[in-house]
Amino acid sequence: MRYAMAIDTKKCVGCSDCVVACQTENNVPIGYCRDWVVEATSGTYPDLSMEIRSERCNQCTNAPCVRCCPTEASHIVDGGIVVVDHDECIGCKACITSCPYDARFVHPEGYVDKCTFCIHRVEKGENPACVSVCPTKCMYFGDTDDLNSEISQLLRKRKWKTLIPEAGTEPNIYYLT
Amino acid sequence: MPKTLNRRDFIRISSLGLGGLAAANPIFDWLSGSVMANESLQETIKRIPTYCEVCFWKCAGWAHLNDKGDIWKLTGNDDDPHCNGRLCPRGTGGVGMYYDDDRLKTPLIRTEVDGKQIFKEASWNEAFDFIAKKMKKIADEHGPECIALFSHGSGGKHFGRMLKAFGSQNITAPSYAQCRGPREVGFFATYGEGIGSPERVDIRDTDCLVLIGSHIGENMHNGQVQEMSDAIDKGSTIITVDPRFSTAASKSKHWLPIKPSTDMALLLSWIHVIINNEWYDKKYVDKYTFGLDELKEHVKSYTPEWAYGITTIKPHVIRKTAKEMANAAPSVIIHPGRHVTWYGDDTQRLRAVAILNALLGSWGRRGGFYNPEKKKVAKLNIPRFPKPQKTWRDAFPGKFKLAGLALASGICDATIPAAGRDCSFKGWIVNGTNLISTLPNQANTIEAIQNLDLMVAIDTMPMEITGYADVVLPECTYLERYDNLRISGHREPTIALRAPAAEPKYNSKSAWWMAKELSNRLGLGDYFPFEEEEEELDWQLKQVGSSLEEMKKIGVKKYNRQYDDLYPLEGLPDYEFNTNSGKIELYSTAMEDEGYDPLPKYTAHEEPPTDFYRLIYGRAPMHTFSRTANNPNLTDLMDENKVWVNPKVAKEWGLKNNQEVWLENQDGVVTSFPIKVRVTERIRWDSVYMVHGFGHTDKRMSRAYGKGASDSELITRTKVDPVMGGTGMRVNFVTFLTEAPTKGAA
Repeated sequence: MRYAMAIDTKKCVGCSDCVVACQTENNVPIGYCRDWVVEATSGTYPDLSMEIRSERCNQCTNAPCVRCCPTEASHIVDGGIVVVDHDECIGCKACITSCPYDARFVHPEGYVDKCTFCIHRVEKGENPACVSVCPTKCMYFGDTDDLNSEISQLLRKRKWKTLIPEAGTEPNIYYLT
Repeated sequence: MPKTLNRRDFIRISSLGLGGLAAANPIFDWLSGSVMANESLQETIKRIPTYCEVCFWKCAGWAHLNDKGDIWKLTGNDDDPHCNGRLCPRGTGGVGMYYDDDRLKTPLIRTEVDGKQIFKEASWNEAFDFIAKKMKKIADEHGPECIALFSHGSGGKHFGRMLKAFGSQNITAPSYAQCRGPREVGFFATYGEGIGSPERVDIRDTDCLVLIGSHIGENMHNGQVQEMSDAIDKGSTIITVDPRFSTAASKSKHWLPIKPSTDMALLLSWIHVIINNEWYDKKYVDKYTFGLDELKEHVKSYTPEWAYGITTIKPHVIRKTAKEMANAAPSVIIHPGRHVTWYGDDTQRLRAVAILNALLGSWGRRGGFYNPEKKKVAKLNIPRFPKPQKTWRDAFPGKFKLAGLALASGICDATIPAAGRDCSFKGWIVNGTNLISTLPNQANTIEAIQNLDLMVAIDTMPMEITGYADVVLPECTYLERYDNLRISGHREPTIALRAPAAEPKYNSKSAWWMAKELSNRLGLGDYFPFEEEEEELDWQLKQVGSSLEEMKKIGVKKYNRQYDDLYPLEGLPDYEFNTNSGKIELYSTAMEDEGYDPLPKYTAHEEPPTDFYRLIYGRAPMHTFSRTANNPNLTDLMDENKVWVNPKVAKEWGLKNNQEVWLENQDGVVTSFPIKVRVTERIRWDSVYMVHGFGHTDKRMSRAYGKGASDSELITRTKVDPVMGGTGMRVNFVTFLTEAPTKGAA
């Protein structure tokens, strides 16, 4: 089983609902976030194009944060989700430095925090909070090992990219373009 | 330390500047640091139905409580056609309205101490006695009609009931004359019906969506955003007309970067092309419309070549986009927009939109405009309201003859005494609308307030308007109260319940309770026959086969349509429209009868002088007007606005990204605060753009004070729509001050 997310940049309007839904669902303190929105415009008026993306931890298959963690607080659980054990985390920030996606931060309580794919919801068969709330339904969550899953089908049907593939992290967040 | 913005090259929409406020978040301390991520979260112990009050879309959802019984999070109700189980960012962040510690906490009465005016904390009894005494005095001296209610929210229904019982029907919202009024009048004059809210546009099923200055996706009207996304999925053609490369423009097949203020020329040219090429729906137009010959003659000279010179949109683009619409017809929507008070000829522009839709046969057809149905719910058994002796219209003899609702700006103007004016207002009750930001020309609003004998402001937050009140009443948030049922027209009729998820914080109270208590003191207790709002709701729900008990479990109740007429004109049946001719009036007899142009004409609007730029304003998806600017969850997503400047203009002025500037308008008015520059290709060189609702000047709103600048301050000039009194506000021009001005600076 390999949990992954596909985000359709053709539909995302950058409203940041994913950000606030994550914050309230996961009690992320105000001033911090586990996901965020990026907007990139190219061209000169009036020949313009724009891509909007919701970004978060890429739940990498080859995760540098896990490899560099001295206490094994950062580890991978079933389905390939990278999680941080708050008790084991000593706040050394090695993982923050190693992450090419800038997806981690130090929680005010001292441990490193980041997106968990809402594992507590996924275990109950629900979608992550960001996917459930998105008004444009631009986010898809599922198992890419299951070739019949909606996400697998989308990845076969549509063009997609991952972020910074050259880092060799094998990210599991796909952007449909 | 929170993460900072400069670690990415792109612009993060979600700003993260408020790390210091973390401790203010009361849900933060539930998170135990001693467990794995998957064990650290509470289960929902209980959920209470509500419908959202952060904007007017009123999505139904659930307030979830945690194991301590506190409000944890808000989610959408799956059965609600407004949101389909998905709240927008404002709805999700609505929890911040409840937890905002800058809220109004107790009633306040203006009083003078040592020659200085201050607010004194008062009991509810003192506040109500003060208001009732003043209201009776105004009624005795001038008549009860001289008290007006301004409202934009659910509380308005309750205060409206009280005021109607008192003898005044002067009940108004800036959402009409400052927003959607021209659209309602333009469509009414054409089809005998307005658009309403939520808009009756069948975006979900359309093949072609045309947006004219309507920035869906940035205006987060939830159901429409969802349906636009469905349309993108389906491969529908989107055509966006906007001087700014909006989010919607970036999703469009065709973006027409029009010169601002020239939309009418484009619309008339599209009509010209569709008629001249005979691309209109002939059977539909023959059967249902009135005035095609007059229209044909009228648009004869409005060629794409003529329009090019005005709009800067190339003739072949005008023809190509007209063809796209005709190819999709009748599954096409020329969207009527929502905030349409731009240039003073707005009713006529919306008439042109209505006409274009009629030619393409989209009204009453799938993928065009559907016919919404509302559930009929029994009215309360209360005495008839007295008939007022006069209304706001008496202040404007012979003007704004097609205005369907009271004008907020009109009542404001009529509060300032003028020779020969029949109706001057002496009392304002203002609920849930920050008139300082929502009405144009702040100096005029403040002058009007100086002429009042009584001003009551009822709000959850210390908005600027509360600073001008004689009495301030703290309303509890929507998460702490019942309200009237939400009864809305949609593809299928629904009702939705709002129930309290928490006790009112501080000494705040619900609008229903305030209106009932005030009515009692005015001798109007019969109009609030129930002791508790619960009883009133339960009685009403039992009339439609439900109960308060049932609704508390389901939140939203769906009913079947009574009539099978979602698309009444499919198959072209006989149909009579509610117009003078019984037909869709391409040529409007109602307009002609009242002395207005029966067919829309192009009028050139004033252009910005040298070194000035047209001020265009709009919305960000995470904010509603100025009302969310202090919400801790939403300011965390965006806590200030920026002024968008084209790179060519920035180069001329030597402006850099994030440089602070002050904006000065054509009347010499300068913003109270500086605003950061956003140099972007997404805006035309003849305009600047900013999101409305920032630059708050009231220090009591600690997160909003001084953040960004207020477009409202710069809108000192309007062009008033002669048909219905809408205040066209895109007629202001601004220039940059790169040094702090000697006055007006913070």
